[in-house]
Amino acid sequence: MTVLVIAEHDNQNLKSSTLNTITAATKFNDEIHLIILGNNIDNLITNSQSLHKVSKILKCDHEKLENFIPEILAPVISNISNNYTHILAPASTFGKNLLPRLSALLDATQISDVIEIQSKNTFVRPIYAGNAISTVETNQQINLLTIRPTAFDKCEESGGNASIEDIQFLDTQTNTKFISREVSKSDRPDLTNARVVVSGGRGMENSENFKLLYELADKLNAAVGASRAAVDSGYIGNEYQIGQTGKMVAPELYIAVGISGAIQHLAGMKDSKVIVAINKDAEAPIFGIADYGLSTDLFQAIPEIIKELDLLNKIES
Amino acid sequence: MKVLVAVKRVVDYKVQIRVKSDNSGVETQNVKMSVNPPDENAIEEAVKLKEQGLVNETVAVTIGDDKSQDVLRTSMAMGIDRSILVKTSISLEPLAVAKTLAKIIEKENPDLVLLGKQAIDDDSNQTGQILSALLNWPQGCFISELKIEDKKLFISREIDEGIEKLETSIPAVLTCDLRLNTPRFASLPNIMKAKKKPLDVIEIDTLGIDIESKIKVLNVVEPPKREAGIMVNDVKELVQKLKYEAKVI
Ligand SMILES: Cc1cc2nc3c(=O)[nH]c(=O)nc-3n(C[C@H](O)[C@H](O)[C@H](O)COP(=O)(O)OP(=O)(O)OC[C@H]3O[C@@H](n4cnc5c(N)ncnc54)[C@H](O)[C@@H]3O)c2cc1C
Ligand SMILES: Nc1ncnc2c1ncn2[C@@H]1O[C@H](COP(=O)(O)O)[C@@H](O)[C@H]1O
Repeated sequence: MTVLVIAEHDNQNLKSSTLNTITAATKFNDEIHLIILGNNIDNLITNSQSLHKVSKILKCDHEKLENFIPEILAPVISNISNNYTHILAPASTFGKNLLPRLSALLDATQISDVIEIQSKNTFVRPIYAGNAISTVETNQQINLLTIRPTAFDKCEESGGNASIEDIQFLDTQTNTKFISREVSKSDRPDLTNARVVVSGGRGMENSENFKLLYELADKLNAAVGASRAAVDSGYIGNEYQIGQTGKMVAPELYIAVGISGAIQHLAGMKDSKVIVAINKDAEAPIFGIADYGLSTDLFQAIPEIIKELDLLNKIES
Repeated sequence: MKVLVAVKRVVDYKVQIRVKSDNSGVETQNVKMSVNPPDENAIEEAVKLKEQGLVNETVAVTIGDDKSQDVLRTSMAMGIDRSILVKTSISLEPLAVAKTLAKIIEKENPDLVLLGKQAIDDDSNQTGQILSALLNWPQGCFISELKIEDKKLFISREIDEGIEKLETSIPAVLTCDLRLNTPRFASLPNIMKAKKKPLDVIEIDTLGIDIESKIKVLNVVEPPKREAGIMVNDVKELVQKLKYEAKVI
């Protein structure tokens, strides 16, 4: 039995979701191989060799793999899948785009968004936006799982000494052409990894006001997130959306500002360790899951919090 | 050009769902059911393409029991021309749904297939991707923009990092995000008209495909409840609590 993990990366560095997925793979107590498909990935491969518990890296380096077009990636993986009992990918937009395609090629049902591995064939996953938790069993020859990164710690990046095996590139013809990727650049921590997330909703009223949240976030070394309503209204980009149809986060501290707490939003953040809600409506459902609720106008509260944090910092230094 | 839209009947997104007391699943009896939200965006896009003259026929398909006819009537009230119910009493896994859709597509020969990106009941986010692989057609997932020029498709897809733009061509399978468009409401006259539009029923057994479950649900439970928190009186108290009680700042 060997477990294969599909690496998510940007041709330079692994995404942290790959490290969470490797930890999930260790639950099988079997050998773990990591498959890295990309373009000009020599450095990436060398840097990945020390990943804890990964015994082999399967490498496929080809210019057509540069942009992770699933029509091209899936057949390359399917070609070597015979050697594996389990194939895991992160439940990110990368994994969600790719793994079902592999499931079609292998005629195996994929299990999405796994949050717990109970045995080699028993898995736990949320359904209905996390309002129910389902335990499922399968006895397929090959098990395809997408792993929810927030449910597993990151693996150690040292201690391993993986061998490298080049695998064959299969040239699949496709009409799909990559044009561009608009990636938001920010100096703040990555949303899915940050220790603290400050999140804004429709109550923020416009994109200008989001600057208040950026200022607060910078005081706390936090990432900024948003509700779907805030994204839909154009206050902030889609990559910041948290929830059932956005990103899942589970930071130590989540501060929801001007967010009502619809179940679709809660789906993406209710596993945070400490939740703070700031909302002028004392009846807002978000208070039902908050550890600390403050019912007041956010435009008053946020500048005050920033002041208080400055005071604290002064006392400490 | 012909467009086929896959729609699923699900528990309405506003309903607070309940887990069945025997832990076999989620209660769907006597609960408001609706078109899966992103499938409405798929319907809207198909109807818009027809209004723009880029498409001459739109067809909606659902796989489900007799009651699923209601989501097809809704689709037709929104402007879909005709629809197909593939009848089954069991609820299928995404792989089986995709195989069923592939069979229908073989018969219908659409140029474009639109699905929702995710069903809000099982939250699988798989069917469109599987379908596109089975058909060996290009896939465009989680799209928030679609432009058609000749036989070329230009799409924007929502990815974790931001937005990705792709060019591809028909035939293709696309899965829609809620931001693709704003679904219209069906007007009363259109609801009446939809009652007369064709709705074909096909028994799933007649399609000759393997729809057996590969996954057994052992149990469904409620998620652990969060302990109730407290309301603080002012910002000072909040910051003190976060610093000295929760120790998170
Ligand atoms: C299929 C589907 C998927 C969805 N997926 C997601 C998802 O992934 N993520 C997501 O977030 N949503 C999602 N939604 C949308 C969700 O249902 C809600 O509509 C959305 O979360 C509401 O966002 P909000 O809380 O910012 O806005 P609102 O519900 O409008 O709440 C705004 C809040 O701000 C408060 N407020 C206003 N002004 C102030 C002020 N000055 N000071 C303090 N408080 C103020 C108000 O009291 C109110 O509670 C989805 C919906 C559907 C149907
Ligand atoms: N039973 C079904 N009948 C028709 N379409 C479906 C069905 N199940 C899923 N779909 C389509 O596949 C999409 C994704 O579903 P899923 O992969 O289950 O998250 C949905 O938004 C629908 O467009």
